[in-house]
Formats: sequence, structure tokens, C-alpha cells
Amino acid sequence: MSQQTTTAPQVRPVGGRTSSARRTRAIHGQRRAFWLFIAPFLIGLAVFVYFPIAWSAFLSFFDAQGTVTPTKFVGLGNYTAMLSDKAFVSSLVTFTAFALLIVPTTFALSLFLAVLVNRVRVARAFFRSVFFLPTACSYVVASLIWKLSIFNGVRFGMANTLLGWIGVEPVSWLASLDPPWYWLVIVTARLWLQAGFYMILFLAALQNINPELYEAAFVDGAKPGWQVFRHITLPLLRPTSISVLLLCLIAAYQAFDEFYNLLGAVEYARPPLVYLYHLALGSQQNFGLGSAGSLILAAIIAVVTVLQGKLLGFGRPSD
Amino acid sequence: MDSHQPQAVGYRRTLADRIANGAGMAVLLVMTLLFLVPFYLLIRNGLASTKDITAPGWTFFPKDIQWHNLADLFSDPEIPMLSSLRNSAVVAVLTTAGTLLVSSLAGYALARINHPHSNKIFYAVLATLMIPGAVTFVPSFVIVSWLGWVSDYRGLIIPSLFSGFTVFLFRQYFLSFPKELEEAARIDGLGYGGTFWRIVVPNSGNFIAAIAVITFIASWNSFLWPLVVAQDESAWTVQVTLSTFVTAQTINIPQLFMAAAVSILPLVLVFVFLQRYLVQGVAQTGLKG
Repeated sequence: MSQQTTTAPQVRPVGGRTSSARRTRAIHGQRRAFWLFIAPFLIGLAVFVYFPIAWSAFLSFFDAQGTVTPTKFVGLGNYTAMLSDKAFVSSLVTFTAFALLIVPTTFALSLFLAVLVNRVRVARAFFRSVFFLPTACSYVVASLIWKLSIFNGVRFGMANTLLGWIGVEPVSWLASLDPPWYWLVIVTARLWLQAGFYMILFLAALQNINPELYEAAFVDGAKPGWQVFRHITLPLLRPTSISVLLLCLIAAYQAFDEFYNLLGAVEYARPPLVYLYHLALGSQQNFGLGSAGSLILAAIIAVVTVLQGKLLGFGRPSD
Repeated sequence: MDSHQPQAVGYRRTLADRIANGAGMAVLLVMTLLFLVPFYLLIRNGLASTKDITAPGWTFFPKDIQWHNLADLFSDPEIPMLSSLRNSAVVAVLTTAGTLLVSSLAGYALARINHPHSNKIFYAVLATLMIPGAVTFVPSFVIVSWLGWVSDYRGLIIPSLFSGFTVFLFRQYFLSFPKELEEAARIDGLGYGGTFWRIVVPNSGNFIAAIAVITFIASWNSFLWPLVVAQDESAWTVQVTLSTFVTAQTINIPQLFMAAAVSILPLVLVFVFLQRYLVQGVAQTGLKG
């Protein structure tokens, strides 16, 4: 410090050098702070996200049954086995069908609820809370209510009681393949659980719309109701709609809880995660096949996410 | 024209509005009832006897309310209710605290501390968002079993702490944090750590509460990971316990519904008292995701 004050006035370049030394020290401090702040997360990310994926990629080339340190190399054998495994392929079909059923219905129901709640004048907070409350329930609890009470296949199940009043014979909802009533059970459970969450997103977006736009449309002769909704509200909700569709699809990819709890491992409705769970953690403990299946699934999801993001113009760095 | 037409049109609109409002209200009430049915069933079945439930016809509400179902639930040696509630609480509280700590620090570094590799690291974080965590449960389980953390709190908690999405949310939030406050702190001689702990964190209460509520609910309700890791009954979380009895159907229905009602009670309390943060958290996660 004292050296600096004595040398600084003498020659200009020396002063420049000390200030650059100080800057270097500041940069070192800054870099150290950066690493200190981010290290816990980066180490965790490496150990619990990147490393498992890498190890899994390694396992997927080995015959790894009941062991995570295999020795028998099988090349692409696990991949060809998975892709020609009828059960795995049918699980991909189940999961596509599920996404096609749940995404549009959730979108429509949550938007519908948001519009209803938004226009109501009294007790708006009450209605919002009612639709949002299921968010606090788990898939396990919903499955329990759906399986043992609402869609219980016996006569005293709620749906069957209602059908009984109009003289219809009890339906075994979860075991029925023709027609596939189990989809009704699966889809309504998830709708109840997640519609309120997306409703909140739509509600926030609806409340951000400038009321003057509606007045302008009204002056221009647009009829309040469907016309205004279709040509004013819906286009303005576009960014939210895209978020909702993407979030809903990502959630559908991860479908496990309700399938596992409602249907167990029945072959006709077993999404990939349920199948992989039984393959890798069931009695077989086949980590090689399980890893290959996980990576195939992850690749499919990554590709679909990127494609969908591109298609909807989402995910560009906007910050 | 200006003075007459709006009035006339305005009148027609109120009439149409009144009809639309009436219809809207009716639909809203029907939807409300439908959404409340599962809660009604939870309470009805939880307080009924098996006979009430299986009787022909529909008993709207049990005549003899079976309060002892609640006591039985905790005294039944077949159901590890108390230990699984304790496990869920420990896991949810520690997961929430750990996630907040790790993600807020990382998010702050990415938003506010310049570093030449900052962008590369940010992309490595974003890349993890493309693959939902649930999909890689097999590889994660492999690591956890290698570490010897199966049926252990460490296995239930630690792998869940590193959420790229939460880091992303914190980064976005800190980017919009008023810079002047931090600059004032720097002038007062606080380093990065001091600025973060004494200025940024105390002024971010709402955002942190919102993320905390969302993380707590997600952790309490999570099922796949605890199912994979908690293999011994002593490590079961309440979701795993409920699921075991739903799929096996070895205990009676009223008891199972009572167990489910007890399991959602903490979240209903969170919901009632912290709904403001929850709504804010949902808007945060949804709109920025």
C-alpha cells in the first residue's frame, strides 16, 4: 500500500501497472467467489446427473444383470433387444396415446376454468382455490380415491352406483379393454390433479390483458363471446398456451405414478417408466437392458422437446 | 353518434352479459362440485365402517362416524404410518432447505458474478432440462446403490437437490434484482458472500418462499424415487406406504382412506396458509419455464 502511494506519482506506467495488479486481484477474487457459489451445485450435477447418465451408457453395452460392475461386453445387444422387445415398443405406444389424450384435454379444461373464474364477480378467490386445491394431492392419493372409490369395479363404487340408478350394469373400469374404460380413469385422475395448476397460469395471463383491447374490439363491432375470445383473447394467450402445452407434455412423458398405482403392470397399459421399473428393479435387476431403455427414452424425449420447441418458436434464448 | 350508440350497445351487452353470467355461474358451480367430490370421498370413506361403504345403495355420510379409524391407523403394527410420516417430513424439509441453498448460490453466480466460463456452465445446466429427471431413475439408482445409500435418508434426499430448473429460476430472478442495492453493499465493503447473505437473501423473501413451497409440495408428493430407493419398510415415505396398501389391498378401505387424508393434511395446511406464495411460485415456474 505504502509502496504504491510513493511510486504512483512518479511515472505514469508504474501507476498503470499497480492498478492492473489490483484489477487482477479483483478478478481473482471474483473468480474464486464464482466457483465458491457454484461449486456445490456443479459437483452435485456432475455426480448425480451427468455421471449416472455416463455410467448408464457404459452399462448399456454390457450384460449387467444384478450387477453394476459388469464384465461381459455385448455391444449394441441391449439396444437391439429393447427395440425388438414387443413390450417396450408397446409401452412407447401407450405413452404416445396417453400424451395425445391428456395434453389437449388438460389444455382445454384449464383454459375453460380460467375463463370461468376470471369472469365471475363474486367469490373468485374461493373458486380459484377449489380448482387449485388438488395440486396439493399426490398421484398416489388420487389413484387411491379413483381406484377404490370412484371407479371401483364392484357395485358399490361411485360411478357404478350412479349407473345403477339408471339401470346400467356395473362396469369393471380398470380391467375393461373393449371399450378401454381404463383411459377414462387414468385421464380424469390426472385432469383433476393438474388442471388447477395450468388454470393459474392462464388466469395470470388473462388478467394481464389490457381491457382497452376489448373495448377497441367492441367499438369495431366484434361480438362479445366466442368471436372476441377467438380473435382477441386466444392470440394474446399464445405465449402462455405454448408454455402450458410444453409443460403438460413434459409431465406426460414422466407418467408413472398413476399407471403404477391404478393398473400395476398390466401389459395393455404400461408406459415406459413402469416397464423400465420392473425390468431394472424387479426380480430381473437387469441394469444393462434398463439402461439401454432409459437412454432410448431420453433420446426420444430430447428430440421431441427440441422439435416441439422449434415448431412452437419456444426455447430461444430470450434473456 | 358518439353519445348514443355506446349506450344502446352497452344496454344490449348487459342483457347478454346477464344471461352469459348466469350460465357461467351455473357451469362454475357444477365444476366446483365435481372438483370437490374426491375430497368428499376421502372424508366419507375415512370416517365410515367397511359395512357403510359396501352396503347397496349410497350412504351419503356414515351415520356412526368411526373416529377410531384415526387411532387404529397409528396403533396398527401392519402399517408403518408414524415412521413413514416422519420420513416424509424429514425428506421434504431437508430437500427443500438443500435445494434452496444450492440453487440460490448457483443462480446468483450465473446471474451476477462475471466469469469467462459462465455461459458454458449455463448451457450445461439448460441441457439437463431437456431430459426429465424421472427418465434417468435407473442410472441414478445405480449410483445410489454403489454409494450404499439404498433405504437411507442420504439416498432419498441428496440426489434430488440438484435441480437445473430451480437454478434457472433463481438466475432469472436475480437478473431482475435491483443492482443498486448490491452496489451500495459493495461500496460499504461487503464481498460477494456478504452481499448475498446480508442484502440479496433478506430482500428476496417472497421469491424464496414461493420456490420453497413448490419444492416442499413436490418432495412430499414424490413417488417414483422414494419407491426406488426406500426398499426397507423403515425408510418408506408416506406415499410409498399408501401405494403398498393400494396395490396389495391388504388393509380395509376406511383405514386406507383415513391414511390418505392424514397424508394430505400437511399440504392442505401449507395450501391454506401459504397459498399466496404457492400461486406466485406456480406462475414463476410456468411462465419462465
